[in-house]
Amino acid sequence: MSNPPQAQHTLSVLVEDKPGVLARVSLLLARRGFNIHSLAVGPARDEGTALMTIVVEALELEQVKKQLHKLVNVVKITELDPDQSFEREIMIVRVSAPPNRRGEVLEVASLFKAVPVDAAPTTIAFLVTGDPMKLRNFLNLVRPFGITDLVKSGRIAMARDVKTNSASLRAIG
Amino acid sequence: MHPDQPARPEDHPLTKRTGAETLIASLEKEGVETIFGVPGGAILPAYDPLYDSPIRHILARHEQGAGHMAEGYAWATGEVGVCIVTSGPGATNLVTPLTNALIDSVPLVAISGQVSTRSVGNDAFQEAYTVGVTMSATKHNYFVTDPDDIADVVHEAFHIAATGRPGPVLIDLPKDILAATAATHAPREIDLPGYKPATEGHHLKVNEAIALIASATRPVLYIGGGIIKANAYREVRRLAEAATLPVVTTLMGRGAFPDNHPLALGMPGMHGNYTAITAMQHADLLIAIGVRFDDRVTGDPDSFAPHAKVIHADVDPAEIGKIRTADVPIVGDARRVLVQLLEAWGDRRVPDRTAWLALLSDWQRTYPLTYDQQPDGPVKPQYVIEELYRLTGGDAIIVAGVGQHQMWTSQFWKFDEPRHWINSGGLGTMGFAIPAAVGAKVGKPDELVYAIDGDGCFQMTLQELITAATENIPVKIAVINNGSLGMVKQWQELFYSGRLSATLLGDHPDYVKLAEGMGCVGLRAQIPEEVAPVIEKSLSIDDRPVVVEFVVDPDEMVFPMVPAGGTNDEVVVGPGTIVKRNDASRLDTPA
Repeated sequence: MSNPPQAQHTLSVLVEDKPGVLARVSLLLARRGFNIHSLAVGPARDEGTALMTIVVEALELEQVKKQLHKLVNVVKITELDPDQSFEREIMIVRVSAPPNRRGEVLEVASLFKAVPVDAAPTTIAFLVTGDPMKLRNFLNLVRPFGITDLVKSGRIAMARDVKTNSASLRAIG
Repeated sequence: MHPDQPARPEDHPLTKRTGAETLIASLEKEGVETIFGVPGGAILPAYDPLYDSPIRHILARHEQGAGHMAEGYAWATGEVGVCIVTSGPGATNLVTPLTNALIDSVPLVAISGQVSTRSVGNDAFQEAYTVGVTMSATKHNYFVTDPDDIADVVHEAFHIAATGRPGPVLIDLPKDILAATAATHAPREIDLPGYKPATEGHHLKVNEAIALIASATRPVLYIGGGIIKANAYREVRRLAEAATLPVVTTLMGRGAFPDNHPLALGMPGMHGNYTAITAMQHADLLIAIGVRFDDRVTGDPDSFAPHAKVIHADVDPAEIGKIRTADVPIVGDARRVLVQLLEAWGDRRVPDRTAWLALLSDWQRTYPLTYDQQPDGPVKPQYVIEELYRLTGGDAIIVAGVGQHQMWTSQFWKFDEPRHWINSGGLGTMGFAIPAAVGAKVGKPDELVYAIDGDGCFQMTLQELITAATENIPVKIAVINNGSLGMVKQWQELFYSGRLSATLLGDHPDYVKLAEGMGCVGLRAQIPEEVAPVIEKSLSIDDRPVVVEFVVDPDEMVFPMVPAGGTNDEVVVGPGTIVKRNDASRLDTPA
């Protein structure tokens, strides 16, 4: 079944760190027909809580938020406006790099501040950190060399500190 | 209490006790008087202290029955219903009642046994992942791994089940946790940072609502199960009368407003009456309280109530705007919101609604609910329901299963009080009636509890009549026997060229013998003149459950009808008779 393309929204969901809470959240989203594009979870600032960054595809974000709020363990939901927040992903990508092309590969990697984390006679694995656009661009540039392995962390995001008029300190590239 | 049993150490607060003892003591502390269940291996430790407890345990014959009994109890009393089952199949058999309770907002606490923690995850005997299986079937659930948590979890579970939008909460308890020593302590104060049920409505929204109500010329007050759950029927009646608002009551809200009231329009929706359906199509304002714009009410949502502005008040914010955008959304407890609306209304003058009320009465006269009972013809099911109403004076808790008999009962019974109509609305669970009636009768032993069931439904849960006979719970069951899965058959007649694929139930069983075999009285009426005498006979018996079989016209269908997904602008009022809204309209409704 093909669905109409739906907009992506990034939600920051603060939950009580109880067993099964990830299952509850993902089950609810599936049950209500909302697609999860990415979900990253880890301990939050306060002990006993965890923060989920969920990128969800939905026509009706209001329903997603209201349904999530019905979960007893969900404490707070913030929708992150792309202009008022920053997002990061981590990716490890192993690129085919035989000796005769190694120089080219490393050149591309340096443009993106991609860190070599593993090297073999014919491949190099890079760790890349950045916003989703940067990761996509890097992949486009190394694809012609051949990608042999790829893993992404899922997106994490945080709202900007608008109260103090923060400036983006994002590194170039 | 069994005097020959050794005393248990509950009265000595310093003495340690088991998790199972803590569980039963916690249930007692929550005021639980009755629980419905079926024991088994993993839950055995809990049944031992239960043996000494003042809590009455009703031994159901199937866990689904235990769950629906707890629902019937909760419906009739307004209290949290409690059921208890063992692990594995005991718990999976409970999935239907839990799902039923979730969609119909019935407060339940379900206790399930689980295999010991060291076996969990190893596919042990009678192991099922109950918390996983019931995650989508409950408002919340718990897997307890520390006996010291039991008192807190039970207290929290009752709080969650009963507050906000009520619903089922399950507590899964491994056998070794029940058997282990637990600290005795009073439950912690409830601290649920993610659970803050709505109470008051926003006062600005209340004022906006009042302005709309005051200026509407064709308002309809659209109320449902939320009114009953919030015990708001007095307030809803006061608002209807203060502002002269005609009232439709959904299937779940039957009894939330008295059917004999001049402003009552009855049930809207797929099998609602013409006036209730069409009033909403003409309305310029819907005041929707404790309803969820269910597809059985709206039909095609795009053509539902096309001219109406919508005020939507509900305790569950997710219901507001889910199906229909609300012009005035009000999140709050139905009773509190109604009190706020009444205060804001004050002593405003009632707008002139004479033309609207006259039009509605006109429709009621032109398109009444009808059926044709010939004295020498087959018994019509509607006639049975009207005779039951007449001979009981309407003074009964009526419980229904799901299907044609349910619709006829909702159409032809005049409900004057809340909690006197118990049925499965959202999930449409066939077989609900018998166990729910048993639960209702346990909760309200002094009331007449009469289930009106279909023969298909009856055969799904009939074994709970053995429970009723054994436990001395004298319910009465009218079996509307048309020899088929009638509603499904009706759809085959209307939409599948009369090809009756797998809907005829055949000639068995003999309901009278079956009833007698289960320890009940069995009665039967096959012709119209037998109907009243068997009802009278059933009413004269109060020491045993009674099953009354009414052999009815197998070809009778439920009308009016708006076919599934169809527009409420076209109501099939009888076989082959479609009334389109514009044909009937005398109003210049805005285009």
